[in-house]
Amino acid sequence: MADETSKHNSQKQAEGVGVGTHADVHHEEHHHEVSFIRKYVFSTDHKVIGIQYGITSLLFLFFGFMLMMVMRWQLAYPGEPIPWIGLLLGADRAPDGIMLPEFYNQLGAMHGTIMVFLGVVPLAVGAFGNYVMPLQIGAIDMAFPKLNMMSYWVYFMGGVTMLVSFFLPGGAANSGWTSYAPLAVIATTGQTVWLIGMIFLITSSLLGSVNFIVTIIQLRTHGLTFMRLPFFVWAQFVTSFLLLLAFPPLEAAGILQLMDRVAGTSFFMPSGLVVSGIALPYTGGGSPLLWQHLFWFLAHPEVYVLILPAMGIVAEIIANNTRKPLWGYKSMVYAAIFLGFMSFVVWAHHMFMTGMGTTISAFFQTTTMIISIPSIIILTAFFLSLWGGSIRFTTPMLFALAFLPMFGIGGLTGLPLGLAPPDIHLHDTYYVIGHFHYVVAPGTLMALFAGIYYWYPKVTGRMMNDMLGKLHFWGSFIFLNGVFMPMFIQGLAGVSRRLYDGGEQYAHAQSVLQWNEVMSVSAWLLGLAQIPFIINFFLSAKKGKKAANNPWDATTLDMAATTSPPLAHGNFERVPDVHRPPYEYSVPGADRDFIPQHERTA
Amino acid sequence: MDTAHADDVKKTVRTYILVFVALMGLTVITVAISYLHLSVAAAITVALIVATVKASLVAMYFMHLVSERKAIYWTLALTAFFFILLMFLPIFSDQDSTRIFH
Amino acid sequence: MNIPYTSTARPDTGLYNAKLGIWLFLASEVMLFGALFSTYILLRVNAVSWPHGYEILNVPLATLNTVVLISSSVTMVMAWASLMMKKFDKYKMYMGLTILLALVFLVVKYFEYSAKFEHHLYPSTNTFLAIYFTVTALHGLHIVGGVIVNAYLWGPGSKMWKTDPQRFTNRVEIAGLYWHFVDLVWIFLFPVLYLL
Repeated sequence: MADETSKHNSQKQAEGVGVGTHADVHHEEHHHEVSFIRKYVFSTDHKVIGIQYGITSLLFLFFGFMLMMVMRWQLAYPGEPIPWIGLLLGADRAPDGIMLPEFYNQLGAMHGTIMVFLGVVPLAVGAFGNYVMPLQIGAIDMAFPKLNMMSYWVYFMGGVTMLVSFFLPGGAANSGWTSYAPLAVIATTGQTVWLIGMIFLITSSLLGSVNFIVTIIQLRTHGLTFMRLPFFVWAQFVTSFLLLLAFPPLEAAGILQLMDRVAGTSFFMPSGLVVSGIALPYTGGGSPLLWQHLFWFLAHPEVYVLILPAMGIVAEIIANNTRKPLWGYKSMVYAAIFLGFMSFVVWAHHMFMTGMGTTISAFFQTTTMIISIPSIIILTAFFLSLWGGSIRFTTPMLFALAFLPMFGIGGLTGLPLGLAPPDIHLHDTYYVIGHFHYVVAPGTLMALFAGIYYWYPKVTGRMMNDMLGKLHFWGSFIFLNGVFMPMFIQGLAGVSRRLYDGGEQYAHAQSVLQWNEVMSVSAWLLGLAQIPFIINFFLSAKKGKKAANNPWDATTLDMAATTSPPLAHGNFERVPDVHRPPYEYSVPGADRDFIPQHERTA
Repeated sequence: MDTAHADDVKKTVRTYILVFVALMGLTVITVAISYLHLSVAAAITVALIVATVKASLVAMYFMHLVSERKAIYWTLALTAFFFILLMFLPIFSDQDSTRIFH
Repeated sequence: MNIPYTSTARPDTGLYNAKLGIWLFLASEVMLFGALFSTYILLRVNAVSWPHGYEILNVPLATLNTVVLISSSVTMVMAWASLMMKKFDKYKMYMGLTILLALVFLVVKYFEYSAKFEHHLYPSTNTFLAIYFTVTALHGLHIVGGVIVNAYLWGPGSKMWKTDPQRFTNRVEIAGLYWHFVDLVWIFLFPVLYLL
């Protein structure tokens, strides 16, 4: 009965929307007055905003990667002048082309900030979420198009703020992307600008996440029940809740640190702090640990903000290229929800070394072990989905397949860090860097590249070149491992992170020092391996093979029910109804090996 | 149906006035108690109970939570859980710590 | 292009978009102020000494402000109720009152702040004042935001009453939910900062 009412209602909706869309298309034809600026710059169309997010975040990813490539020179050849760009950096960053430790610290802090907050999250959520999610749920746009536009522009301003901070006296923030107090409170002006930039970024993600949740709950098309949502939409849904509820505590912490820096308060400043023999003019009474708690209250869920959309993308591509329904769709959905929930209860495993008590350590160790279960459920479901499939090794599929072992390595190397005893040895060593980069770079980034190759024909109406794509894949895959695998070796030997000479001064590092050069050369070759991608990205937009409306023979609405590229307004010629679960591939007795969600009969 | 709704509103206006009176009364009570200078524990307990009652009145009647939809209850329940977690933060950071930073 | 459920509720959820949106926004606000309350507790528990709020701050003035803010919450809900009863003139009056009361709150706040500064009490003086200034200033900014929204709905935004009364009523309800939340935060701030 309930089904009947909802059917009736949704039918009304579908008709209403359909009519509205047509009227709007006509409206367009009559007037044609939408200016260039309203169409491409201050657009309220979720697709344009998705593309804006995509391009901006890819540029930031590239910029953040360049910072790292410069750092890797210093690590491989400490104290030697940086070739080519060394002299361009100026005397306060690199006199005679030799990098100053202070500048190394800026690069480190900004590499982390840019990659996480300006690169990966905006690409995974802002770009893919914005572009794909409304299409997949059969919505004509996001629920609040103007907020959506604001979200992008606030993000953009946050990004500009971060970039500008490089040109301040004293340079950009240099207290690590974690900005631990009291170090960050007494750091140069760059830190103040970093905090302001973060407040922009948090505001942007707040606007975005409200929009995503409302859109998914309210604008699903007729027949699209929650258990019929593509896994990608579920991933975005859980991610949005994480952003909504985990970011505000960091915003609060940011405001408090700003007060500490600007108004001279002592929220994070302990009593009697003496730096370089000088007593600081703070009244004290604050708690440096408080910053860490508030920071990790966000930053641990943030890890799942990075990984969940990646899992969503991989789910779509694996189902599509194995030509099979996802194995265990329901358990994956429940695992994703549980993962999101648990991600709030594990943050203090980043803080075992702060003098936190054993009882609390035990609590957070336990929750950390528990949170590995849903991740493993999802990963296992992916592996089992491959079983017995006739896999199409397309470029997106190669990237998606690479995600599985790479994320596996990233996840499994996290377990020793989640237990206090091994963490005492491994804390703040290169092992940690290796671990989370395996999650984020070979893991999430692989999935994001997969997504770019998968949805590119939908966005542009043209296919990306397969040969260049495979070149890009193999280059990236090999050199990413070349960069990050040796980090485990160095870390297990006890080499600390954030050393600007790569550990040259330490006796215990001598036996593993030679890996620095291997990693740096891999990083530069990784840079070269992106050239085919860049060429492919721009060239295919003009010269690529024309794509069919459903280029991958997919079942979900984004691919199956829209044109390529989708209409400027309204997305669908007629808003489709949904009649079946998301991944009806190779249904026995059907005349094709896929049945789109909106197809009524088999 | 719309007019029926309007009649409901008329009735609720009376409720709003009652809630307003209650809020004022509770404000007076909480200020008056503060002049008694109770022990810290007692003062905190009383003040927070009064504040919670006032906040509930605002949320229930002014924000219409008494007659709200499921989706909103779920959102708030989730938020409440994480809010409580956040309130445990001082305990987390203090419990049997080695106090190297204090 | 018409986004569905901007003014009417989606039948299966029973909500129109903006209502769900504002509650989600308020949920994030709960986490924002929650973190600040948590900070307050942590700092107070760990402090060697902590002043009673009433020794430093002006309780009568804050009581006045509490009364003002609660009253503005009532006028806000009455403004919405007036629209539900299709009485636009009454709406104008109640909304105008709400804005006026909010401005009174800000003026009182201004006098409170300047009295502190005159006595050389600044955020940097001690941790109690640090949290007092930070939290009340943030709350004050929320009031300013609310005044701007309400002023828009009172002035130019109220034209929508003629073209789309349902959607306009919804907007007032949304603004009201936000406004009550700001009131609700103050209901906790008042005893925590001033009375304990």
